[in-house]
Amino acid sequence: MSKPIVATTSLAGCFGCHMSILDVDERILDLFDLVEFNKSPIDDIKEFTKMCDIGIIEGGCCNSENVHVLKDFRKNCKILISLGECAIMGGLPAMRNNIPIEECLREAYLDGPSTKGHNPDGIMPNDEELPILLNKVYPCHEVVKIDYYLPGCPPRADLIWNALVALVTGDELKLPYEVVKFD
Amino acid sequence: MSDIVKFKIDGKECVADEGLNLVDAAKQNGVYIPTLCHLEGIKPAGSCRICNVKINGRYMTACTTPVADGMEVENSTQDILELRKIIVETLFVSGNHYCPACEKSGCCELQALGYKFTMLVPRFPYAFEPKEVDAESTKLYIDRNRCILCKRCVRSIKSKDGKSIFAIKGRGHNAMINIDHELAAQMTDEEATKAMDNCPVGSILKKERGYYTPIGSRKYDKKPIGSDIEESVII
Repeated sequence: MSKPIVATTSLAGCFGCHMSILDVDERILDLFDLVEFNKSPIDDIKEFTKMCDIGIIEGGCCNSENVHVLKDFRKNCKILISLGECAIMGGLPAMRNNIPIEECLREAYLDGPSTKGHNPDGIMPNDEELPILLNKVYPCHEVVKIDYYLPGCPPRADLIWNALVALVTGDELKLPYEVVKFD
Repeated sequence: MSDIVKFKIDGKECVADEGLNLVDAAKQNGVYIPTLCHLEGIKPAGSCRICNVKINGRYMTACTTPVADGMEVENSTQDILELRKIIVETLFVSGNHYCPACEKSGCCELQALGYKFTMLVPRFPYAFEPKEVDAESTKLYIDRNRCILCKRCVRSIKSKDGKSIFAIKGRGHNAMINIDHELAAQMTDEEATKAMDNCPVGSILKKERGYYTPIGSRKYDKKPIGSDIEESVII
């Protein structure tokens, strides 16, 4: 039987969850024995080359590109996992959800401590190549169907390891108290 | 001297003074009933409903129910635990609980209950309601994003002459916790710490104290909430 295929991506996240995947330490070698990686920053494959079994999503949806990638993952992965607080509830990017988008952009490009006085023409990035910001940051499961959730900021390496092994081997997932944390 | 009554929690024989509320009575018998609004020593309010139990077949809040002889209490049946998990999830989606950015994380009772019930994701959509932060006081600040309106602060924190330092402003959906800045300015450091510690979430925080305890040694990092009660010596 061929190995299960895993794809990963980071949407509106900080790549901390991906660092936590690497934090399984030497078990990363076992992981490569256990699964094959497809589209992922880990192997730098940019586009899906085949149907995947497991898609791991870090980060929520803050712009149109995040939504596009997430929908692409849903199309190309049999199982989707929301990895980390941002994917599950928007996380720190979602702290802008109660601030009007214009105010956010003004603070970032015009009125912020590092930009005030340095942007006399009041230029804000507005190119058709750039993804458009959404009105707020959405948790992944409010955009597509998500099958499993692994909380944490970042999720503990043991949680990721336990979940992947359980999913691939079909064994029962163990969730010891120390590994399920929201921070 | 009050009478001793006998009652059962999940089949376990318990004894306590008659009239004591069920949460505190259970605690004396090494049984943990979760609470968010109740604090030992202050008059129970029964507002958060997390201490819901089934007494003789009826749902009741344990903090407002005095123990009586022969009570049969269900505390950890599947439907009670599910009910409590739903309440926790509701609280998580109705406020703006960014655990990774919260100073109370690791010592937060709401978060600890999320851990206890293994809440991986709330089943309800997030509200993301705008809430205000009041950082005007010299010693404390109030972050209403995290407030669950348990009224612990209103009921337990008073000035020296008995005035309330905290109060609820508005009603229903618009209700929010407010602080009397004049009275708050007169609080001692101990009183400010007590206000912070009594808050079950990270809504009332003492200034210049954030992230005091390192990750790994915070209150609920290693042990679930209530485990100290469950491990206590049974009277």
